[in-house]
Amino acid sequence: MNSSRRSLLMAGAAMAGAAAVGFPAVVRGQSDKIRIGHLTPLTGFLGALGDYAVLGIRMAEDEINKAGGVMGRPLEILSEDSINPATATTKAQRMLERDGVAVLMGEISSASALTIAQVADRNKRLFMSIGARSDTLRGKNCNRYTFHVDIPNTVMVNAVGKALLRDNMVKGRKFFTLTADYVFGHDLLRAAKSFFAANQATLVADELVATDVTDFSPYLLKIRQAKPDVVCSNLAGNQVTNLIKQYAEFGLPFPIVGFNLNTADAWAAGEGNLSGTWPTVWHHDLGTPGSKAFVAAFTKKHGKPPENHAWIEYVSLKMMAQAMNETKSTDTAKLIAYFEKQVEFDVLKARKAWFRSWDHQLMQEAYPFAVKPKGKAKDKWDFLALGAAVPAASESLEVLAPTREQNPCTMA
Amino acid sequence: MQLMFLLEQVVNGLVLGGYYLLIALGLSLIFSVGGIVNLAHGAFYAFGAYASVEIARHLGFFPAVALSPVAVGTLGILFERFILRRFYTADPILSLLVTFGLAMVAEQAIRMVWGAAPLPAAMPAALKGAVFLGDFLFSRYRLLLLAVVAVVLLGIWLLLHKTAFGRVVRAGIQRPDMVAALGIRLQPYMTTIVVLGVGMAALGGALFAPIAVVHPAMGAEIITIAFVVVVIGGLGSFWGVVLAALLVGVVRGVTIHFLPAAGEASMYVLMILVLLLRPRGLLGERIERFE
Repeated sequence: MNSSRRSLLMAGAAMAGAAAVGFPAVVRGQSDKIRIGHLTPLTGFLGALGDYAVLGIRMAEDEINKAGGVMGRPLEILSEDSINPATATTKAQRMLERDGVAVLMGEISSASALTIAQVADRNKRLFMSIGARSDTLRGKNCNRYTFHVDIPNTVMVNAVGKALLRDNMVKGRKFFTLTADYVFGHDLLRAAKSFFAANQATLVADELVATDVTDFSPYLLKIRQAKPDVVCSNLAGNQVTNLIKQYAEFGLPFPIVGFNLNTADAWAAGEGNLSGTWPTVWHHDLGTPGSKAFVAAFTKKHGKPPENHAWIEYVSLKMMAQAMNETKSTDTAKLIAYFEKQVEFDVLKARKAWFRSWDHQLMQEAYPFAVKPKGKAKDKWDFLALGAAVPAASESLEVLAPTREQNPCTMA
Repeated sequence: MQLMFLLEQVVNGLVLGGYYLLIALGLSLIFSVGGIVNLAHGAFYAFGAYASVEIARHLGFFPAVALSPVAVGTLGILFERFILRRFYTADPILSLLVTFGLAMVAEQAIRMVWGAAPLPAAMPAALKGAVFLGDFLFSRYRLLLLAVVAVVLLGIWLLLHKTAFGRVVRAGIQRPDMVAALGIRLQPYMTTIVVLGVGMAALGGALFAPIAVVHPAMGAEIITIAFVVVVIGGLGSFWGVVLAALLVGVVRGVTIHFLPAAGEASMYVLMILVLLLRPRGLLGERIERFE
């Protein structure tokens, strides 16, 4: 051996470290014309969601191009793995400068969305942030070039909160929360805390959980030791699935709820492990004709129903295409002006959605969901029971969203 | 009461350490005998999990746990014969690059075959839930896991220390040239070690599938922890790896008890401390060709 053990170990450590950071996955589009830069995590703890995101936006791309494209020109989606906030920044910048994309779209990670929004702001180009949910993105860190499609954390908390209040699970109850240790989790915890405070619940413990945690057993022991009334998950991606599986494994007696869950995380946990009430932005058994048609087409193509991130990317590209067609332009200022007119978009839900002009947040329905009783699921994707849409049909779509007083967003 | 809670974390950490051991022991053996840091080791762990999910669909949980390591072990033969074998005497940086590349290829292959979305994996209903032993809470499933680890560990120890096979392997770790001079070809031994190593990793994957997310990057997640365990334990030492795995499990649990946000960082701090105090690892032996 011509190399010492120590240098071998050091090289090994460096590469094992690189493995932990994640291997990039690359997806490429085809032809030319109107290019759209699409960044989403395809690896790491949100990778499974990003996979659905790509399927969703590709389907919209296909449909738009088959129908003649945008202003007679085909769309081309350049999808790339955003990997982490630093890489997302570099890629966003490169897409604008070198690939000549008209707009940036995508993202699920709030941390990466935050940095892409800064790139958009610096370059004065449009970024449609599709799947990131931190309040701070459309709050303190909002900017005039960024629009937000997914429901913000405050809405998720309020959507589930309404159901919990109805079930008398809040007032005077002791909550134990587990929180994802990055901007999204911290943000969600803040929203949860203000909900608890407003409704006389106490937070007995909050544990920050690193995003790469796979084993939750030490946390589960602490939950048992704390004996809370309700366990509440503020986790994200694979974390949620790991928690749900291991919570069922240990069979703890406390009811568990959560303020964030994506359908793919629930599917990955499998039937029989999940319980409690959770929020969602869309679910594939939603009964509207638009949703049914989308689900049928997606399922036919991919052999599995779409997840909420597939739906949201699909409707986002449709909104973007509509804006470009209506303004007959890909010009940033014209597109912003169009969205800020609070134009109503069909997002395949019962009510139409629109971007609120002052914080660029899409106002749309959300839903709480619970778990179907054992044996009621038609297939392995069918064990979630979608609740009624919130806000109710009689209420304004804005009632669950942060108000002007609560939201520190000011656009320069 | 506070002390009981802490003790409970220690015991739970030992159980978790046992599971880390399944992956780290194979990594350590392959390193000790072949001089190769197998960064693709995590990929075999992931293959083990995916294979067990597929097999469980047709044959049920227990056959899946038994057969998945066999299937992945077979893959290990090809891996050793056609790839690793070329690098035993090469510059170690080459084998690092090759196995690192293989890990990426394996992850992408899983993504292409099974998709990026995680696969659900169920455990038999009878194994769900917790049992109390004294004041301590245990997951029933993890007690079974611990028993399996103990049996495997005992088997490997007996193989290495009580058989002719083990004597050659241990001699090969220290003086491969001398073993060769005695007219013994180390290659078939190396094949067996690799098969055992990746088989154990696969067993770890199969056992962890019902309680953790089965997703393409699961191998990258575990390789870092396994590597840390091997470094802490020291090369060439069976008990060093055992001790390090348990220690990492316990330190992580105790850290989460006091400072949850630092839970994942604790093992790296431990590694740094050990390397500062004992650069060879806790029970690492002096191996001439690595000095």
